[in-house]
Amino acid sequence: MPDLFDIVGPVMIGPSSSHTAGAARIGKAARMLLSGAPKKASVGLCGSFQKTYQGHGTDKALIGGMLNMDIDDPRLRDSRELAGEAGFQVDFYSATVRNAHPNTVVIDLSDDAGRSVNLRAASVGGGEIRIQEIDGHETKITGHANTLVIHYLDKYGMIANITHEIAAARINIAAMLVSRTVLGGGAMVALEIDGEADAGLTEKLSALENVYSVAYLKFTNDRQEG
Amino acid sequence: MDTIHALLEAGKRYGSISKAAAAWQAKEAQASEASVTQTMRGRLIVMKESLKEGLNPDLRSVSGRVGGNAAKLFTAADTELYGITAKAGAYALAIAENNACMGKIVAAPTAGSCGILPGVLIAAQESLGLPDDALVDAMFLAAAVGRVIALQATVSGAEGGCQAECGSAAAMAAAAYVHLMNGTDEQAIGACGFVLMNSMGLVCDPVDGLVEIPCVYRNAAGAAQALCAAQMALAGLTCPLDVDCLIAAMKDVGTALPPSLRETGEGGCAACGG
Repeated sequence: MPDLFDIVGPVMIGPSSSHTAGAARIGKAARMLLSGAPKKASVGLCGSFQKTYQGHGTDKALIGGMLNMDIDDPRLRDSRELAGEAGFQVDFYSATVRNAHPNTVVIDLSDDAGRSVNLRAASVGGGEIRIQEIDGHETKITGHANTLVIHYLDKYGMIANITHEIAAARINIAAMLVSRTVLGGGAMVALEIDGEADAGLTEKLSALENVYSVAYLKFTNDRQEG
Repeated sequence: MDTIHALLEAGKRYGSISKAAAAWQAKEAQASEASVTQTMRGRLIVMKESLKEGLNPDLRSVSGRVGGNAAKLFTAADTELYGITAKAGAYALAIAENNACMGKIVAAPTAGSCGILPGVLIAAQESLGLPDDALVDAMFLAAAVGRVIALQATVSGAEGGCQAECGSAAAMAAAAYVHLMNGTDEQAIGACGFVLMNSMGLVCDPVDGLVEIPCVYRNAAGAAQALCAAQMALAGLTCPLDVDCLIAAMKDVGTALPPSLRETGEGGCAACGG
């Protein structure tokens, strides 16, 4: 349900809520999934993104997001230059994903420390985004709530151990989506939470046995900012 | 607050739709009315900065097709001949051009239609000598109207055509202007109705799929459309059709539009450009 600041708002860099603001949000989400500053990105644009990205500044918005910029950051315009200065190398290519939303992007992002993430996301209109796949795991992250994304070994008791830590931090889970590729292989859970997770919680989760990685996606609330 | 009828009822209880809207937003955001008013004031400041940037004659979009025309229109603006419409149209174009050129804007209700509401508001402020707070008050009314349209129909060009974007923006601006002129809530809603009636069926047909042509010029036209509707309402003309029904009809018309006329860059103006 939209509120009044969704109607007179958000404050954003133009020209398009789907092709610019949504793209910046996807870029920022990719950075948060990597849990740090990226050094290299390979970005595949599908459909309308591929056809109109230059005129809409979709490329600049995606890069800006990956450089941690929000949708109202005027530096989005110069993000290609800023990426160059930061030693962040980005390549774009034309991608095809079957039955995908017209505004779909696939991103491979990596840093110097050996971390990497692969994701598929769509900008579905009005600046709304959906992260649909992370490292081969189907998911559905909307950015409406802060989200923990945890990779772990598919084994009994893992979800119990993870949710136990979240409960101990007195945090309520609003939505949870578990996905695995093969039985007993790598699994992933995306947990939308009420409120915020602190560094203490992500450390505790990372320290759990058979947890491979923990990413915390703290989404900017565009509604209430002046 | 989900229908026009409900807005009018809430307006009676709170003294005006704009007061009811501010109270509703405060409750929704679990914040004080002072805080949501401050947020809205912040939006107005961005709108004014965006106007300044948009009047730069050297502004150009990435494609090079848009930018700098608002400066031309503003320089030639003849308020004696065209009244407030001269400025409102130039201002709406300026902000829409700034959007096309990756400037900072306030979506109202969308990025593609972002010039209309501020164009009318700021032109009205200058010609009537109004304080910012009067504009902020009118923005709550405009937002409440836009929210009803978003809930009951759509404000997305890809779903409903340009009637849903520039049409909704002009309906919001018309209501805001009536409010600034001390018109009643009924008159403000009547002005919305006139806009919705007169923009029914407007298609979304951007050349090459970019928010440039005809979008920026439709913002200028939307400002004029809003002021025309507001004048009719302020003169005592009542909208002959129910506004909730017009919103539902706009949705149906949007659904009936072929995909080529819903932001795909194929039909309409898009067929003549590129």
